[in-house]
Amino acid sequence: MIDNVDLSLVDWSRAQFALTAMYHWLFVPLTLGLSFIVAFMETLYVKTGNPEWKRITKFWMTLFGINFAIGVATGIILEFEFGTNWSNYSWFVGDIFGAPLAIEGIMAFFLESTFIAVMFFGWNKVSPKFHLTSTWLVAIGANLSALWILVANAWMQYPVGMHFNPDSARNEMINFWDVLFSPMAVFKFLHTISSGFTMASIFVVGISAWFLLKKRDILFAKRSIIVAAVFGLISALFTATTGDSSARFVAQKQPMKFAAFEGLYDGSHGASLLAFGVISNQPKASGNYLPDIKIRVEIPNLLSYLAYLDLNAYVPGINNLINGDEKIGLLSAQEKINRGKVARNVLKAYKEAKEQKDLAVADVLRTQFDDPKFQANYFKYFGYGFLNDVNSLVPNVPLTFYSFHIMVILGFYFIIFFVYMLILAFKDNLENKRKFLKLAVWTLPLPYIAEQAGWVLAEVGRQPWVIQDYLPTVAAVSQIEASAVQITFWLFAIVFTALAIAEVSIMIKQIKLGPKEGGE
Amino acid sequence: MKNLLKNIFHLYYDGFRNMTLGKKLWVIILIKLFVMFVILKLFFFHDFLKDKFGTDKERSNYVIERLTR
Repeated sequence: MIDNVDLSLVDWSRAQFALTAMYHWLFVPLTLGLSFIVAFMETLYVKTGNPEWKRITKFWMTLFGINFAIGVATGIILEFEFGTNWSNYSWFVGDIFGAPLAIEGIMAFFLESTFIAVMFFGWNKVSPKFHLTSTWLVAIGANLSALWILVANAWMQYPVGMHFNPDSARNEMINFWDVLFSPMAVFKFLHTISSGFTMASIFVVGISAWFLLKKRDILFAKRSIIVAAVFGLISALFTATTGDSSARFVAQKQPMKFAAFEGLYDGSHGASLLAFGVISNQPKASGNYLPDIKIRVEIPNLLSYLAYLDLNAYVPGINNLINGDEKIGLLSAQEKINRGKVARNVLKAYKEAKEQKDLAVADVLRTQFDDPKFQANYFKYFGYGFLNDVNSLVPNVPLTFYSFHIMVILGFYFIIFFVYMLILAFKDNLENKRKFLKLAVWTLPLPYIAEQAGWVLAEVGRQPWVIQDYLPTVAAVSQIEASAVQITFWLFAIVFTALAIAEVSIMIKQIKLGPKEGGE
Repeated sequence: MKNLLKNIFHLYYDGFRNMTLGKKLWVIILIKLFVMFVILKLFFFHDFLKDKFGTDKERSNYVIERLTR
């Protein structure tokens, strides 16, 4: 099948999806985090009755509104792309993808759309407590919307709770709770929303630092910094913890991705963590990926501990996953490809027997297909049957490796940043630390880089799969013209760039205006 | 009940009337939705399987064909 697929179509479809997802993700995390920060600030206003908190709340609520308005519905384009560019995939995933997306649509519409109106229009129309409740519901609604999207994404990385129906060529959900509460979904959700909280906190701290540098609205800026830095520190610590748990699960369920983002070519017991390295792809004729790591800083045994909480645990590298290791029951990539081809052939024979109305043969094949042993030993590797070259199972190692390390380094920087910010804030010494305030302003773009790096790691690192082990990306595309995808790629690039420019310019204008007196 | 509906109406009516920055944001939202749903969806983003086949059975057959060829 792969031989029949236009690879430029696959590449353009991937590029288009990456472009739209990355632009969409410029807006979403700020919405997730800023909604909670605004809710905290309004809670302080309702608790204390101090109008300064109302003024603070309304300023950040305005920036939340700008980001929400510009970003809203940008994710719908991804759903358009599923139907047009990824029709095989859309059909194959069946209701597993549809159900979470439908719940997300309903929740987003009812929770966010209803209460966001009260949030913006209701200041003098409803009681302070009702208004506060609406603000909290907007925050909870926005984050619950993210839950369903992330559940769908997690299922693609770790498909559970489903059964493939060979008659309809669709996966059918057999256990909703397995899909919703899979560790991949739980970790992904917690890690993603907490990273959004961190981003929003840096956004608030960075802009407040600008006010302090300009010697404007000092009380507003200091109070904003304290709320955001406390929330940011808790969120950044939580992001690190959930990231660690997430990586441990990836080590078990997506070992090739794990090996790629850790830059581990040859696995071992007591594997070292490559904390820093300059790495490049070096496929070798022998089939082994020899690492070309020019500079390496390693911490002995740490990778084994991080992956399995055991300093001497065995962690397979890229070469081990390709070549297999009988001693530890690791199947070679070639064996998985062979088993995948058996599964595809059974599906093909079943389809042909049905077409020829040979019901006896069709019955036998269907029984074989549904046999748990066949499912566990052959259908489990269905996606491998589309591949011919074992090397196609290795993702882009340098891109995955650097994305992971950039994300982690920035994550630790954010923790130190918030700690120092809080020390200065509680000593009431912020205004005198102008260099640090400037650093806070320049830190503002960094969480955006960390967020994008995280998604590059998640999505590039799982290649060649669109659904782990079941469907490779090349088999998921629609048979459409690559030129059509190119046109919409550039259209999206223009539309989204215009939106990003609009957001930044409206935000800057609004920030320069500053909070209004009396919070009106 | 009548008062509640009246209050809800006024919440939206007064809210939209008194918008300042919000008006600009609504213009952006409406342009964006027009581009997405009228231009992109109508001219570029047809549902491939829905357009090509009339029934789910035909769609299933096509996808199985693609998955097994």
